[in-house]
Amino acid sequence: MKPASFVYVRPGSRSEIVAALAEHGADGKVLAGGQSLVAAMNFRLARPGVIIDINRAGDLDYLRPSGDVLAIGALTRHAAFHKPPVEGPLGALLAKVVRHIAHYPIRQRGTFTGSLAHADPASEWCLVAATLGAEMVIANNNGERTCPAAEFFRGTFTTAVGEQDLLAEVRLPMLGAGWRSGFHEFSRRAGDFALAMSLAALKLENGVITAARLGVGGVSDRAIRLSKLEQELVGKPPSKALFQDVAASAQAGIRPTADIHGSSEYRSDLIRAVVGRALTEAAA
Amino acid sequence: MSWIGRSLPRLEDPSLLVGQGRYVADLARGAAAVKFVRSPIAAGRILGIEAPEGELVFTAADLAGVRPICPILHRPDYIAVEQPVLAKDRVMFCGQALAIVVAADQGLAEDLAEQVFADIEAEDAIIDFEGALAEGAAAVHAHAPGNVLVEGKLRSPGLDAVFADAAEIVALDLRSGRQSAMPLEGRGGLARYDDISGRVTLYASVQMPHMLRTGIADTLMMPESDLRVVAPDVGGGFGQKMSLFPEYVALVWLARHLKRDLAWIEDRRENFLASAHSRDQAFSVRGAFAKDGTLLGLDADLKSNVGAFSCYPVTCGVEPLMALAELPGPYKVAEYGVRSRGVTTNTGMMAPYRGVSRPMLTLTMERMMDVAARRLGLDPLEIRRRNLIDTFPHRSPTGLVYDEGSYKEAMERAAEAIDVAAFRERQAKARAQGRHLGIGFSVFSERTGYGTPAYAARGMGIVPGYEIVSCTMDPSGFVEARIGSSPHGQGLKTALAQLIADELGTVPEKVRIISGDTDATPYGWGTFASRSMVIAGGACKLAAGKVAVRLKIVAAVLMQAKAEDVVLEDGLARVVGTNLSLPIPEVARAAYHQSHRFPEAGPGLVENATYDPGGTFSNACHACIVEVDVETGGVTIERFVVAEDAGLLINPMIVDGQIHGGVAQGIANALFEELVYDETGNLLTVSLADYLPPTIAEMPTIEIEHLVTITDASITKAKGVGEGGAIGAPAAVLNAIVDALSPYGVELFQMPATPQRIRALIRDAERKAHG
Amino acid sequence: MAEKHAITLNANGKDYRISVEARRTLADALRDDCGLTGTHLGCEHGVCGACTVLVDGKPVRSCLMFAVQAEGQAVRTVEGLAKGEVLHPLQKAFWENHGLQCGFCTPGFLMLATGALEAEPDLSEAELRDILSSNLCRCTGYQNIIKSVCAAASEMRACPPSADR
Repeated sequence: MKPASFVYVRPGSRSEIVAALAEHGADGKVLAGGQSLVAAMNFRLARPGVIIDINRAGDLDYLRPSGDVLAIGALTRHAAFHKPPVEGPLGALLAKVVRHIAHYPIRQRGTFTGSLAHADPASEWCLVAATLGAEMVIANNNGERTCPAAEFFRGTFTTAVGEQDLLAEVRLPMLGAGWRSGFHEFSRRAGDFALAMSLAALKLENGVITAARLGVGGVSDRAIRLSKLEQELVGKPPSKALFQDVAASAQAGIRPTADIHGSSEYRSDLIRAVVGRALTEAAA
Repeated sequence: MSWIGRSLPRLEDPSLLVGQGRYVADLARGAAAVKFVRSPIAAGRILGIEAPEGELVFTAADLAGVRPICPILHRPDYIAVEQPVLAKDRVMFCGQALAIVVAADQGLAEDLAEQVFADIEAEDAIIDFEGALAEGAAAVHAHAPGNVLVEGKLRSPGLDAVFADAAEIVALDLRSGRQSAMPLEGRGGLARYDDISGRVTLYASVQMPHMLRTGIADTLMMPESDLRVVAPDVGGGFGQKMSLFPEYVALVWLARHLKRDLAWIEDRRENFLASAHSRDQAFSVRGAFAKDGTLLGLDADLKSNVGAFSCYPVTCGVEPLMALAELPGPYKVAEYGVRSRGVTTNTGMMAPYRGVSRPMLTLTMERMMDVAARRLGLDPLEIRRRNLIDTFPHRSPTGLVYDEGSYKEAMERAAEAIDVAAFRERQAKARAQGRHLGIGFSVFSERTGYGTPAYAARGMGIVPGYEIVSCTMDPSGFVEARIGSSPHGQGLKTALAQLIADELGTVPEKVRIISGDTDATPYGWGTFASRSMVIAGGACKLAAGKVAVRLKIVAAVLMQAKAEDVVLEDGLARVVGTNLSLPIPEVARAAYHQSHRFPEAGPGLVENATYDPGGTFSNACHACIVEVDVETGGVTIERFVVAEDAGLLINPMIVDGQIHGGVAQGIANALFEELVYDETGNLLTVSLADYLPPTIAEMPTIEIEHLVTITDASITKAKGVGEGGAIGAPAAVLNAIVDALSPYGVELFQMPATPQRIRALIRDAERKAHG
Repeated sequence: MAEKHAITLNANGKDYRISVEARRTLADALRDDCGLTGTHLGCEHGVCGACTVLVDGKPVRSCLMFAVQAEGQAVRTVEGLAKGEVLHPLQKAFWENHGLQCGFCTPGFLMLATGALEAEPDLSEAELRDILSSNLCRCTGYQNIIKSVCAAASEMRACPPSADR
């Protein structure tokens, strides 16, 4: 299980990276943490002609709170979230979710942004980005553009990032005072990909839900934000019955994908369980 | 001072801890890399194989003079099948080797392998029992229509009568998923060609070096003495490394053909695809019970999917015939009928894996006991009490003779340790809160340390069983024991050194065990079937005992005493009742250098001994508590108790380690691991993201209780312990899951009991309850 | 043949000047080019953890990194754990507590635990279990691995190994 040959380039900065991407086009592939890419290369399921290693681009390694967003640079490793990276509900949420991403050594190398660019349907960070409505900053030789999460994920391993593009930064909305979150994932073993998972964030004011974010991952070709159900939660006090109703609606509204670890019917049952538990944890 | 019974830290460990272990891949630096091109198709005709010009690529045509691998059982119900080293006209399973490429390194070998194209006309593959046994099914092997390669049957005359009279008949259909033993180090070999002698040395990650040498020499029609096989450090085997695989034959052939050093280091995908599989079994069993819970008779139809070929030397009979012989396990069964078949399919070859059939046998009997108890209104422990064997020697309906064990006592000990009464209280409280806890038991026998009679009874063409040990004390007083057995991680060398140290009055640090090298050890069989401590240990004890006799004669002459008054202890030869003593090294030196003085002893201190016992039965009871998450089907194991009787413990720490590891593999069998083929015979589980060995997060703490029954069946008083953990754990886990789900009234007869399968049972029960 | 890169790999404080294709993984370079065969390959897709080494102090899968990427970084392998004849507390604890059987996974577990405990000496048993779930062992059932790591962790807290590596 040795990878096929490739040409290796190691740009030292963001500008050098986008220049390299422009030069190599379809042959080029960005190597960030490489925790999915190199495994796929070892199986020869991926065989890029040119590897553009961005690990020495120090200007991409940052976590930057700015105003109402947290900006995450393309070299920020998962392990940077082991402790809350910012104060407040968003930091707590990220530190809670990161524990479910693969394993400790994988988290030392793998990057937040790399997960999004890879777009595995069972990626925890993709669920976070989709549910919270992240904004992606996509750079290329001609400049940069932003892309909302809703338009970013196009399907399994498919995103709005083009051949010559670098997903340079992801911006997550800071959840302000009153927000709290719950996350529940079901996987076969510790660190395995989710068979189903749900992220819920609720803003509670005077015992009433005034805003909500709810998403489900691992059950479709991409993470699903349940915007309609978010609306059903708003204006109501949190209760077991409400959460059970919402979980049942989530189950009813999704026809999940199937693989050897979970049939569609099984994943459908899991949706109900994980959504209910994420909501309950968020309100606890 | 005795070394037996002490938890001595292992003599094997220092080199392994500092990165100085020598596994086969570590020896392979500088050797050319060998890669096998494997069939992507499960069944079909090979129309041609195209390879790039000028490269080292070999196909079956190049290996024309090489014989196929063809193990034999002398039974009328066995059909021998030939496994070619490279597929010739047909491919028989996905992953079968079609061609060999050789290149300077592994990456280049893989590049070259990608340029080899096999044109295969695909045919419908037969994957499972349904396909293989269907009326008019195509034959996987043309000379074996019906696809049954081995079929054992027996039926005691009174069987029908007990079923006619039974108060309750419990009929069960059970299924075990296909598994891989999955040693962390895959298979691998390094063949070194010696220009001067023309000999090849094959370093290989194997459990049976002598058998491998015989098998390769027979296949290549070469003298065995032209081949040396060495098993260096081996990264786990669990049975997967005890068969002769085509890859090793090919390596030796290549080394002789190319006259150079070559290495094949299997990768993980290849290990799943092309190494041995196990445990793909389906059992239909009926038990006849009296009103009081007595099991009167057992009628069983047992099927094992043995894959495309028959493993050498134990053959595809290993699972079906073990199942036939040992189904009754620890229970008194007066009347027994059984039909056990090995069914061939276009899938990977079945070979032994820790436990061999007995995880499934134990699941069968232990599920049956629980189901019968519920129907008869008995406590699950009480029904077992009424049926467990308790007089010894016990003779099973298949003629196996059980030496003394502690079947009931082990169960009571486990029940006490897990505290059934307290659990039932906790279970009731948890249920009131919507949580589902359950308890399960599994009682079993583990037949261990069996010699040639057991294998001869199977009709094996090659009858393993004995072990020969050559024990030497050198003039400096250090001891070498050369054993035919070949450990691969168990810590056998430490335990044998303890045993020998006691025989010779020395310390384990002065005892070197030499194993795994056909040039340096007597012909022997290897480490498998929970045999090495019993058989190699027994031979060590005998050989060291003979050396001790000589030492005592020499010491007696030196001290002018009687040999029968000399004892060897604490490094001294001592005359009892006196203060006369000599350091053992002084005696040893005299034995070599003053031998003219000891005509009765003869020169030197070298002795051989052989041990070939009939076998001894270990026994145990596993008890476990689980919690089932009824919304997800997820299972958490809360407690796991093992009450184990393996006779005398030579090194208790090593014994516990064997139990821990076995239970982990049993839990894996029960809940996690399954090799899955699609309907075309393509293996879907070729990575560790899809085949799921448990991590520490899924493992409970294992609480061990030891019982010690000493019998004469083993001269070291030790019984085997290698497989028990894997045998007993699945049934305990599944019984606990069913107990947890008793409010739903569901039954579970399939492993692995995945969350999906458990959830499906609950979902069906919920639907029924809601009409 | 693809272009080779002349790089200097620093492993256990020693510089190895090697020439490797870009596709050569760090694990293969350590084993085949530097002769440090204590780092094992069990799956080559990042799951089993037998190849875990420390890169700039952090435990990583050396099968998922290319050797060229490790240029200029400090790599530590199992061969660098003991100081001469003196075993590292983790090695000692694995020996005393029967934390290994076949030994194939052992270097990976040792490096994983070393990296984790050097970063956070006060990890609880539950936290250690979570971290150790990163690697697979097929022999021990993990029971004596966690026992060994907990024993070593207390010893390392009581008497921290000097930081001069």
